[in-house]
Amino acid sequence: MRLSLGPILYFWSKEDIGSFYRELAESPIDIFYLGETICSKRRSMSLDDWIELARELTAHGKEVVLSSLTLLESESELTGVRHLCENSEFTVEANDMSAVQILNEHQLPFVTGPSVNIYNGKTLDFLCAKQLTRWVLPVELGKQELIDIMEDSAVKPEAEVFVYGYLPLAYSARCFTARAHNLPKDDCQYVCQNYPIGLPLRSQEEQTLFNINGIQTQSGERINLVEEVAGMPGLGVGVTRLSPVAEINEMKSVIAAFDRARDGETVLLDEGQSFCNGYWFGNPGML
Amino acid sequence: MELVCPAGNLPSLKKAVKQGADAVYIGFKDDTNARHFAGLNFTPANIKHAVDFAHKGGCKIFLAINTYPQPRGWSRWETAVSSAADAGVDALIVADIGVLEYARNKYPDLRLHLSVQSSATNERALAFYHENFAIQRAVLPRVLSLTQVKRLVKKSPVELEVFGFGSLCIMAEGRCLLSSYVTGQSPNNFGACSPASAVRWTDTPSGLQSRLNNVLIDCFQEDENAGYPTLCKGRFRVEDNTYNALEEPTSLNTLDLLPELYLSGIKAIKIEGRQRSPAYVEQVTRVWRQAIDLCMHNPELFTPKAEWQNRLAALSEGRQTTLGAYHRPWQ
Repeated sequence: MRLSLGPILYFWSKEDIGSFYRELAESPIDIFYLGETICSKRRSMSLDDWIELARELTAHGKEVVLSSLTLLESESELTGVRHLCENSEFTVEANDMSAVQILNEHQLPFVTGPSVNIYNGKTLDFLCAKQLTRWVLPVELGKQELIDIMEDSAVKPEAEVFVYGYLPLAYSARCFTARAHNLPKDDCQYVCQNYPIGLPLRSQEEQTLFNINGIQTQSGERINLVEEVAGMPGLGVGVTRLSPVAEINEMKSVIAAFDRARDGETVLLDEGQSFCNGYWFGNPGML
Repeated sequence: MELVCPAGNLPSLKKAVKQGADAVYIGFKDDTNARHFAGLNFTPANIKHAVDFAHKGGCKIFLAINTYPQPRGWSRWETAVSSAADAGVDALIVADIGVLEYARNKYPDLRLHLSVQSSATNERALAFYHENFAIQRAVLPRVLSLTQVKRLVKKSPVELEVFGFGSLCIMAEGRCLLSSYVTGQSPNNFGACSPASAVRWTDTPSGLQSRLNNVLIDCFQEDENAGYPTLCKGRFRVEDNTYNALEEPTSLNTLDLLPELYLSGIKAIKIEGRQRSPAYVEQVTRVWRQAIDLCMHNPELFTPKAEWQNRLAALSEGRQTTLGAYHRPWQ
């Protein structure tokens, strides 16, 4: 089973992005997903910058996938997705049906990210006929649903499961980070740069409920399925996905833990930390 | 431009038809639609009755089968498609790719509308559903500005329907899991957001608390309007501020934009609220019927009447309305 690192979901500088990936170029990560999936105003990296980075990681023997924008609103965003899909060098992770359509127009294989709604085998098989080669299980689905979908599917393509990080839960036209600073989105001053792993939203009883990341709302806690990954290959899971965290040593230790776990070593959750693993077990996600 | 009104039961449907709705959208009494609430919706038998009543009144029936089936429940979605087709509905409103494929293959002549739950916000996403399933209309998610809607109408391969009035989803529909994160049930997996079964109200010395699966969503003082604890409308703390961090309790109202929507080529205006009362449906339909008629008669001179606005505000969440994402500063 391979280990992937999902796209960086936050707004980091070009320097921070470059050093983050350089630090991980020799890590046990097998597949790197690169690109801006949240907000088209975040332009620290151009498509050419991402492709250059992708080539560097490929030179280190890594597989690289370019991830497309999730919520498209303007024509320029659609143009951006088109350019990404037509890069002619790297596979694309479609995070919106626009990317699926454009890739299909070019007869290109693709993978789907967590925001493409694949809830049954019929949908999965339909997309396989369009050259889907791998799919990320929507995060609100769990182990039993995965088993059921794979049974329901005739093609049974490789599945990828989001096993570590803040879960992507929602996307809006509104930027909640800008709202927290009383700024309109059109004059956001890129305040999300100040929150390299998001901005916590708590209930009035101090329960950490969500994590604000621009137009995206994430889970308040992180998911951590390290105790579950050993059983995943038997479910048709070929890839487990970690979501980037900014602090490099923390990232490296998370990668190391999941690397040991996929080799069959028993890795236990840190009892001092709380995680949100509910979805995997058929419960509310926050549990 | 069509007026598409909601009905959660036969009395509401009759009100909508009598007040001049061009179409009424309804759903079955199960998790195949995104208003899966206790006591709401239609059985296959009274769908037939609904279709007959509407057709006699010159009104169409659209049937929403717009949640995402999982394999164990798949047969319910097949049954829903067949029951709707047999009852003679005028269109299905569908979100899931598997259901679209099934409906298109089994009923090649049945009109299909793409549900807002499919999150199709751009012309290539619309082209995907048009080319693969011959959808004839799509309902746009409430995430586009008016300028973006106008541009999309020009390029869309299908007719477009937009929300005009009612409770406001601030997240891209079909891509919001906040509700299942807290309660296990979401629009996608169950057909409900912030389900009533998870709601608890408690009177405390600090105020009236609303909870969802025990998570504190808000706490109201006596002079405050206590709204339903929809997750995105709660009062939360971000850094040092406690406020409606995602959105206030408010409803969408686009009456002011009606001429622009009409002139841009929008084919239909949708009213939200299948879970609301027959009186709501009656009043909202009456206002919007008058407004659309006046607008189509003379769009250049159209201005919404104060009386309409007052009536709609009175029916709104928190008695406030917003233009939502249509109005750029809201974003």
